[in-house]
Amino acid sequence: MNTPGMLDAVRCVAGRDLLCALRRRSDVVTSLIFFVIVASLFPLGVGPETAMLRMMGPGVVWVAALLASMLALGRLFASDYADGTLEQLTLAPQPLSILVLAKVAAHWFASGLPLVVVAPLLGFQFDLSADALMILLASLLLGTPTLSLIGAIGAALTLGLRGGGALLSLLVLPLYVPVLIFGAGAVEAGAAGLGATAHLSLLGALLLMALVFAPWATAVALRIAVE
Amino acid sequence: MTSNINWFKYASPATFYPLAGRLVPWFFIAAVLFAVPGIYVGFFVAPTDFQQGEAYRIIFIHVATAWMSMFLYVVMAFWAGVGLAFNTRLSSMMASAVAPTGALMTFIALWSGALWGKPMWGAWWVWDARLTSELILLFLYLGFMSLQAAIDDPRRADKAGAVIALVGVVNVPIIYFSVQWWNTLHQGASVSLTRSPSMAAAMLVGMLLMALAVWMYSIAATLLRVRCIILERERHSEWIGQLKELQK
Repeated sequence: MNTPGMLDAVRCVAGRDLLCALRRRSDVVTSLIFFVIVASLFPLGVGPETAMLRMMGPGVVWVAALLASMLALGRLFASDYADGTLEQLTLAPQPLSILVLAKVAAHWFASGLPLVVVAPLLGFQFDLSADALMILLASLLLGTPTLSLIGAIGAALTLGLRGGGALLSLLVLPLYVPVLIFGAGAVEAGAAGLGATAHLSLLGALLLMALVFAPWATAVALRIAVE
Repeated sequence: MTSNINWFKYASPATFYPLAGRLVPWFFIAAVLFAVPGIYVGFFVAPTDFQQGEAYRIIFIHVATAWMSMFLYVVMAFWAGVGLAFNTRLSSMMASAVAPTGALMTFIALWSGALWGKPMWGAWWVWDARLTSELILLFLYLGFMSLQAAIDDPRRADKAGAVIALVGVVNVPIIYFSVQWWNTLHQGASVSLTRSPSMAAAMLVGMLLMALAVWMYSIAATLLRVRCIILERERHSEWIGQLKELQK
């Protein structure tokens, strides 16, 4: 019997995770609703003045996206850890970091991409202009995969621990800060007429860095967790 | 010819424990010896700053602890990384012992900075790049400590902590260069190795004395803490049972 190649393994892991996400649609919908509710709370809290909302809109959408993607992290490895799939993955002949990358990609498709798709709706709530909306979309599209990649490290480290959720946020949120600064900053720079290219390039650089290092760190953390 | 020196003699908790015990008082004494003249120079000898008045004297604590907060994070990540790579117990214990002192230094740096910021900038806190990244440093220390506290198995705690410590190291150069990269409210460095300092000699002496004092204190506190960790983790081993100080 031939061992499957690396690409086959990646396709298999990602396909399985996507199928699982498709069968449990309520999980995806719940975190989407969370995203919308958190962003809708801000106008209620600070008052409905359009000028102020327009100014804080991008930041609020970004913070809400950050929290929603953090809430979804718990699902990334937890069920695989519980039913032993994770141990099988660590025993697989393919490098674990590649399999982790496949899992994170599937996770982003199921939880990050829907956030990007819904974001324009929230943008209308905050009365953002069409240009600002386009930049917001671009920054979310570049930034949310980075969030999933960094979050995977935290999710792997906190597998099976007491108080996992709060601990996960303590570990992951400080590491999310650069993405938040450049993501929300892109929209503000665009609105100020400075051009968003610099911020978007930095977001892209963060994504590339995370693509290289995060799966590897996550793989180390997973091996520690299943040891 | 092979060397007769055993470089790893003190890598074992059993030999390091008594060594640390002998070193702790000396480092505490050194800390006091540096701190007393440092505070004296800082408060009585150093001239009043022509721009900032008397309030600038907070820097004698602020700068020393801020330097130490960044340096201790690197030390912590270094020992955690050594522990992860070579599976040495003592290195991981050192990392756990450094973390609370590092968090304390970060907290003092932030707090003294706030006390300085109120008369200078008119605000306790501004969202400037360096303040924000120093605050993130505090969160990283707290995250490292809470992750280790949440794991019951000490070996897993060591390794998991090492991963998060190494990931967080990215933040240290960001804090260090934030003043140059973003050029925001926090002033740039006045002390540098490559050019003459832009301050009076007495100020510089006071600051260096305080930095040395903080340095000595950190070493003493870390060694004291690592002794406690060794006792706790190695309590089932034979050499601990034979320690003189534990026998009545």
